[in-house]
Amino acid sequence: MVSLPPVVGPADELTIDEVRRYSRHLIIPDVGMVGQKRLKNARVLCIGAGGLGSPALMYLAAAGVGTLGIVEFDTVDESNLQRQIIHGQSDVGRSKAESARDSVLEINPYVTVNLHPERLESANALHLFAQYDLIVDGTDNFATRYLVNDACVLLGKPYVWGSIYRFEGQASVFWSEYGPCYRCLYPDPPPPGMVPSCAEGGVLGVLCASIGSIQVTEAIKLLTGIGDTLLGTLMTYDALAMDYRRLRVRKDPNCAVCGDNPTVTQLIDYEAFCGTISDDAADAARDATISVLQLRDWLAARERGERDFLLVDVREPHERDIVDIPGSILIPKGKFLDGSALAELPTDRQVVLYCKVGGRSAEALAVTKGAGFADAVHVGGGVVAWVAQVEPDRPSY
Amino acid sequence: MTVTVRIPTILRSYTAGASEVNVEAVQGNLADVLVALESQAPGISGRILDDEGHLRRFVNIFIDDEDVRYLNGLETEIPERTVISVIPAVAGG
Repeated sequence: MVSLPPVVGPADELTIDEVRRYSRHLIIPDVGMVGQKRLKNARVLCIGAGGLGSPALMYLAAAGVGTLGIVEFDTVDESNLQRQIIHGQSDVGRSKAESARDSVLEINPYVTVNLHPERLESANALHLFAQYDLIVDGTDNFATRYLVNDACVLLGKPYVWGSIYRFEGQASVFWSEYGPCYRCLYPDPPPPGMVPSCAEGGVLGVLCASIGSIQVTEAIKLLTGIGDTLLGTLMTYDALAMDYRRLRVRKDPNCAVCGDNPTVTQLIDYEAFCGTISDDAADAARDATISVLQLRDWLAARERGERDFLLVDVREPHERDIVDIPGSILIPKGKFLDGSALAELPTDRQVVLYCKVGGRSAEALAVTKGAGFADAVHVGGGVVAWVAQVEPDRPSY
Repeated sequence: MTVTVRIPTILRSYTAGASEVNVEAVQGNLADVLVALESQAPGISGRILDDEGHLRRFVNIFIDDEDVRYLNGLETEIPERTVISVIPAVAGG
């Protein structure tokens, strides 16, 4: 186990009020006055005030971390509230950054909160990270995670990482000066469409707390220099089995960013690195995407017998239970990828595909067009856009 | 030889929801185990191996707690009763 120095030095003093507030920390010998003063002096940047960011920010604030930065450009949506406990019902529609700041200051008014209401990008990441001692990652996509990792490596900052999906979570600490980085564990991102996001696959709300609290625990240990951290260890958690496992993560000498001969020596274009949808899907969708308003007109024309086409929902059955576009049949995307969907498609009618927001239907469209269904199209924005623009009284998710 | 393969959530559509699969492999290395796994969970190996048959770089396989990339990759010998964990990258937050 690598012995790590405390990330920050101690503040000069704690006020009488702070001593009262943090007394349950101060009487733990491993933390004590010195540890609490280190927390007071610490500057922690949390990327995202969503599922993982919510518990992370709240416990970091309660623990007495002196300065908390919040990078978040989104607004609070009602579908966030099942897990993003830093926001409440009255915050729906507000800036997440401002809502999170209000909760943090309600928990602990001694915290200084810096809001960065912007999208984290290669252009601003290094300048932002340089102002902080440690980075906590609560983002929801691969592009941002590789960006956060590379910026941390380039600046020598410790990176407390966690990710979640359905009932399963992973957490680790990356710090290239002392051990592996994220790219040592996962050198390349998956191709777009292969790994579903929480928006597509769902997540158990309380899983955010399970993994977010591991991240805060690691952050506190790093800041104060106590205990053994997850540097060099991947912690996996399966909520259904209530099973935690530790797996070894080694520093990769061939790592593209922290290895012996790095090829990534500055921040790159992470959207291009990770892709939003695959090139095939992007090609297929070009000139073959209809809007939900066009679809509405096409369905009306089909009703009048003036047009004929098959509308195919490529989502999963349980998503269809929530809401669907009327007059469609279900063939999940997986059946396109393995080819078995093709036998179910008509050759005498046009095929129109849709999913939740248009990513999966574009992937299925690439397969469909590739199999010779030249006039197939997909619906841009998917059922979410349909509900927003055509049937606003129906549920969205 | 029987080994246990732990299946992550995103691949459980291939195993009828099972989180663990006991695999009977004729020989003893990881490639053999994956062939045997594929016969019990058709389609799963395409999510673990690329078109050339190499381990995908966003999926890690651990034998007990050790990453096979630091052992002998697909040629790593698998002792009887080993637990193999398939750990894919996920990005949810």
